[in-house]
Formats: sequence, structure tokens, C-alpha cells
Amino acid sequence: MEDVITLEHGSGGRLMRELLENVILPSYKLNKVPGGLGLPEMDDGALIPLGDYKLVLTTDAYTVKPIFFPGGDIGRLAACGTINDLAVMGARPIALATSLVVEEGFSIGDLRRIISSINDVCVEVGVPLVAGDTKVMEKGEVDELVIGASGLGLAERVITDAGLRPGDKLIITGTIGDHHIALLSVREGLSFDVPIKSDVAPLWETVEAALKLGGISAMKDPTRGGVAGALNEMARKSGVDIWLREGELPIRDEVRSASEMLGLDPLELTNEGIAIIGVRPDVAEETLEAIRATRYGREAAIVGEVREGHGRVVLETLVGGKRLVREPIGTPMPRIC
Amino acid sequence: MEVSARFRDQRLAERLAKKIRALEPREPVRICHVCGTHEWTISHYGIRSLLPDSVEVVAGPGCPVCITPASLIDAAVELALSGVVVATYGDMFRAPGARAPSLYQARAEGADVRVVYSITDAVKMAREEKDREFVFFAIGFETTAPLTAVEVLRRPPDNLSFLVAHRLIPPAMEALANMEDLAIGGFIAPGHVSTIIGAEPYAIFPERYNMPVVIAGFEPLDVLMAIYMLLKQIKDGVAKLENEYTRAVRWRGNERAKEFMRKAFDIADGAWRGLGVIPSSALELKEGLRKHDAIERYGLNVSLDGQGDIPPGCRCHEIMVGRAYPTDCPLFLRACRPNRPIGPCMVSVEGTCRIWALEGGWFKG
Amino acid sequence: MCLAIPARVLEVRGHRAKVDFGGAVREVDVTLVDARPGQYVLVHAGFAIQVLDKREAEEMLRAWEEVLGA
Repeated sequence: MEDVITLEHGSGGRLMRELLENVILPSYKLNKVPGGLGLPEMDDGALIPLGDYKLVLTTDAYTVKPIFFPGGDIGRLAACGTINDLAVMGARPIALATSLVVEEGFSIGDLRRIISSINDVCVEVGVPLVAGDTKVMEKGEVDELVIGASGLGLAERVITDAGLRPGDKLIITGTIGDHHIALLSVREGLSFDVPIKSDVAPLWETVEAALKLGGISAMKDPTRGGVAGALNEMARKSGVDIWLREGELPIRDEVRSASEMLGLDPLELTNEGIAIIGVRPDVAEETLEAIRATRYGREAAIVGEVREGHGRVVLETLVGGKRLVREPIGTPMPRIC
Repeated sequence: MEVSARFRDQRLAERLAKKIRALEPREPVRICHVCGTHEWTISHYGIRSLLPDSVEVVAGPGCPVCITPASLIDAAVELALSGVVVATYGDMFRAPGARAPSLYQARAEGADVRVVYSITDAVKMAREEKDREFVFFAIGFETTAPLTAVEVLRRPPDNLSFLVAHRLIPPAMEALANMEDLAIGGFIAPGHVSTIIGAEPYAIFPERYNMPVVIAGFEPLDVLMAIYMLLKQIKDGVAKLENEYTRAVRWRGNERAKEFMRKAFDIADGAWRGLGVIPSSALELKEGLRKHDAIERYGLNVSLDGQGDIPPGCRCHEIMVGRAYPTDCPLFLRACRPNRPIGPCMVSVEGTCRIWALEGGWFKG
Repeated sequence: MCLAIPARVLEVRGHRAKVDFGGAVREVDVTLVDARPGQYVLVHAGFAIQVLDKREAEEMLRAWEEVLGA
């Protein structure tokens, strides 16, 4: 059977990483601007140095089902996802661009609602949407709507996801798993009602507050692949071990109970409005306070610390045991066993 | 339920772990459980890192991904590729067949495979899409079988049939108890199977095999307490059936659920992947309900001789009963890896091989 | 092999019941049990398979706390 793309290749887990490493990355001979960061680093954005300006570029495509979900829609998701990728590189967003691929027969009223969601986020953060494109495909050729979004940012000091050092503390800026559970609760076949809204939100204000204290060593936004995927990547790239305390993880009771009901691990669930921030121990508490003072950082918590090691993520469980947090293989599935 | 939060109390767990260490047996003791969810609790809460080195907890054949015969998975994939909608629990989505790679791979090639949370969702889908043929992959043990029985006896729509792969736990435990070389010191019996069948069926183990058995729940304290109770029995040189999960398990279980199973199924000899045929260990739809049996409806030839259950070189069937460790397997971390699994124990989310591949053995921290 | 989670029964209508998993509310099938609102049931794959004996749970915890000198 010839190797084919499967759903799991897009899930943010190990299979996606291997597709990138084995198929996509090796195909580009020119993969970064001299002196900058590019494909090889596989970070949330690329660095383009221009004189003493540090430009950061990111691009992503957004598909979500359903398109309108508790707490947001595909438009808000695209704008926030792009802004957050820039923010966790330490870059202030300065311009966004979007391209829409719309299915024939898609309601213009819905399109208007989605575009105004993008606008609301841009106005909230103060970043203009400067370019765009719209394509229409025949009915059935694309599933309702796909949004491609790119963003440019300006960084004073670029933060990568590979800068963790032993002794650093780890902050998570909000509750884990909200987006994924909010979507599952309205997805056909799994219907359960839970007062959980997606956490989709622009994080620039929160990250900017943390950057001001100057102690940040690394950052990442744990979207697909969840906190488990992001932490494993940070630990591997930084060449350290990360130790978490399960009791400190900010997880809403409803998300915990919905995850248990479906046999899912909250650490593997998709998030769209939280960041993981590594910070020097001497400014960790102040950084946490600064984050908690921002609109989307109120539930932030210090969840663990970095130790000497080689890319492992260890969890100290509620009962004092220890286990490794594993990089998810593919999309978490409801299971009975 | 706030009570379940108290079954995760760190203070109690630490004291219990200390008491367990105080019972540290001089001779190594192997405790066997037969439940994927017990393995989940043990791994998720890092319970092995709390135990003395001389106490080993082994995962027996208690997870549908590991024990469902490959020929049934091939049948499900064949149906899916032929245009039938196959509904399945998430567990079987990546389980490897003998000829066919998996339902997950079938979906990648356009087959309509749907993961459902409940069998009721599958029945609802079949009712709503009258023009499509549906097959529900009915896996699982005595906890899940009554659910299939309820839906089959409720006269499901004609376009829905069931690929029945239910297995029974006590016969499998008895098969293990008869393998002297396994030297099992005691069983942790699966709590949720026991809510259905009760404690009574396990009485044969202390009586006939002089084997201690403790029925355990699924909070970390439940499992730690069950390990403590087993070690105490072993230290005192006794073999008893004890029930730690009193809040959910009664001596005779759930009579109504057992009645539904009796009405819907006959008991037959069953093939277990890697273990061969175990007498009286499988459920088959009764004569009058055979029109809902997918194997008969589609004339599938499902040989249950275990052909292709265990790929050449793979030792999952020995690892599954603790007779070998993943590191003893020639394929382990070479041809057989978490994202390119060959053996069932590398596929299963809580399979022993996957845990060892990702954590390099039982992680002690 | 069987993930089953406690949930509190909110209301019962025939063989269906609304239950609360501690924040997540869902409708489940209660054909296999006799459950009344306020009771806790164990839910597996959308079916209640047993009514939990809360008194038993409390007694068990008290016994442990004594044994473990909590």
C-alpha cells in the first residue's frame, strides 16, 4: 500500500513531525534568510533580520468543524492563531494577511460574521489586515471554508522554543483543553453539554506584559498536539528535562470530567488561547503576576521547572508517583478501554 | 463526584505506598491485572514508581486492541473498503489486522469509518441514513457486552448489523492461572467487569489455584490498596477473594445486565489474539438474532485459527502475559515502533510494548 | 478494559437520564439500572452500568483513614 497522507499527519503529533522532517524539510535547499531562523528550526515563526530590525513571519491554514463553535469561529481562530504565533516569538504583530477558499453556496451572511470576527481581533490588538485573496471552489470540492493567514511582527529580542535552561520555571497562561472540549461538545456523535467555551484569544498583550520583565527564556503556543506535544518539543530542542506537578496544572473541572468521560488526556488536547512560557527563576513570580494582570492571563500558573536532562517531560502525579508525559502520536480518540 | 477526588488524595497515597514498601517481599512477586484501564491508572499516576523493586505489576490480556483476533479486524476493514459504513470505538481505530493495516488506514483511502462514543450513536446514524449499510464493531468484555445486548434486543434498523467480538474475562484469567511458568503471585480483578458479573466467578482462583484475588476500582488509591491487600495475603501465606471496590461491585453483580446478555448471546469457545482458543470465552448472537450478525449477513470467512494474529518475529503474545519483556523481542524499536507499530501491544494506547518504547521500561523517575 | 466514570443523575425519563459528570452533562441510557435523581451511577460508553453506593464509598474512605492513620 503506497504511503498516503492520513488525518493523523495533520494532528500535531509525532506523525506530523515525521512528515515535516522526512518529506517537506529536505525538499527546500534555501530554507532561511541568512542570519535568521527558518524551516530547520520549525519554530512558531521565522526570523528575518533586516539591519537592526528583527522581522518575524508566520503562516498557517485554518479549518475547523463546526465553523461556528462556543467561544468563537474560524475567523477569530485564524486571526488569534497568527497573532499568537508571532507573540510567542517575542514579536509585536504589525500586519496580517488572509486568503479565503470558499465553497460554492456558502452563506454570505456567515462570511460577513466571520470577517467581522477577524476585524474584531485586529482592532483589539491594533494590527491592520493589509492584504488578502478569495477563491471559490465548486460545491463539494472544499468543506465550507478554509482560511490561510500570514502575519508579520517586529521583535526587540527574539524568543525561540529552544531556549529553556535548568532552573527556569514554566508558566502556562490559561486553563488547558478548553478549545478541544468546546468543539467535541458540539460535534455530532459526542453531544454533551458542558459550560466550556473555546479559549481562542489574542495573546500579544499577555506576552508583552511578561516580556517587559526580561526573564523569558522560551515560549510556545500549544495548539494541535496540546501541552504534551509542545513541552516535548521544547525539552527536546532545549536539551533539558521538564518536571511538571499535576496538582498545579490549571484545568477546569468540566474539562477534566469531560476528558475522563471520553478517555482523553487533557495534556493532549488542542488549545487556541494559552502560551507556555519558560522564565528565569529570579523573576518567575513577578512575571506570573504581570501575566495574571492581563485579560487572557487570569488563570495563569507556574506548573513546573526545568532540570538537567535530555528531552524528557516528567509529571509528578496527584498521588506522588512519577510518569513520562509522551508526545501524542495522532488525534486523541474517545475510547472505552 | 467529590468522593472520587478523595480517592486521589496524595496524603493517603503516600502512606499507603509506605505500608506497601513495609511489606516488601524477599522473593520477587508478580501481580497480574487483566484490564487496559487498570494499566491506564497505573501508568497515568506513575504507581510503579511508588512500588518496591521486588514487586512487579504485569498487564495481562485485558485490552480489546491486544486480544481481538486479527481476522476480525481484516473483516471490518474489508467491509469498510467495500462501501459499508463501519462504526467503532476509538480503541480499534488503529488496531493492526493480519492482511489489512487498520481501519485508520482504510479511512485514509476513502472508506467511511466512524469513531463513536456509544453504540447508541451508531444505531442513531443507521436510522438516519437508511440508504447506507452499517456495521458496528462490537468489541469489549462483560462491561460492554450488555450494551450490545440492549441495542440488539431493541430491534435495530435492518441496515445495521454487528461484528461481534465480545470476550469473557474469568476464562482468560483461568488460562493464565494454568500457565505455571508465569508464576503469578496474585490477580487484580477488573472492577468494571465485576460490576456486571459480580465477585462470585473469581472464587475458583483461591479455591482451585490457591491464587489470591482482589477486585479493584480505578482510582489510584483503589489500585494501591489492592496491591497492598494482595501483598498482605502473600505475606500471610493465604489465598482469598477480596473486594476492594465495594462501592460498585456486589457479590452477584448486575442481575439485569446479565439477563440481557443471556437473552442476546450464547457462550462459545473464543479465539484470543496471541493466546489461541480459550473454551467458553466468547459471546455469539443467539439463533433468533443472527440476521443482525455481520459475519453471516456478508458471508465473511473469518478463520479463528489465529493465523496472522502475531506477525513473524513478534512476541506480543508472550509479552501480553508477562512471559517476556519488550526488550526480549527482535522487532522492538527496530521494525516495530510506536508510529509504525507491527504487534498489537505496540498499537494499544496502554500496550506494554508502547509504554516500554516511549518510556524505556517501567519508569521509576 | 472498561473506562467507566461516576456521574450524578439529574433527571430520569424512561430508559434515558440526564447525568452530570462533574460539569459535563450528557444524556445516558439507564436500561441496566434503577437510578433515581441524586444518586451516582457508573457510566460506560453512554450506559449506566451500576448505581454507586455512596455510603459504602464513605465507609471505605473512613476505614482507610483509620488504617493509614491519616
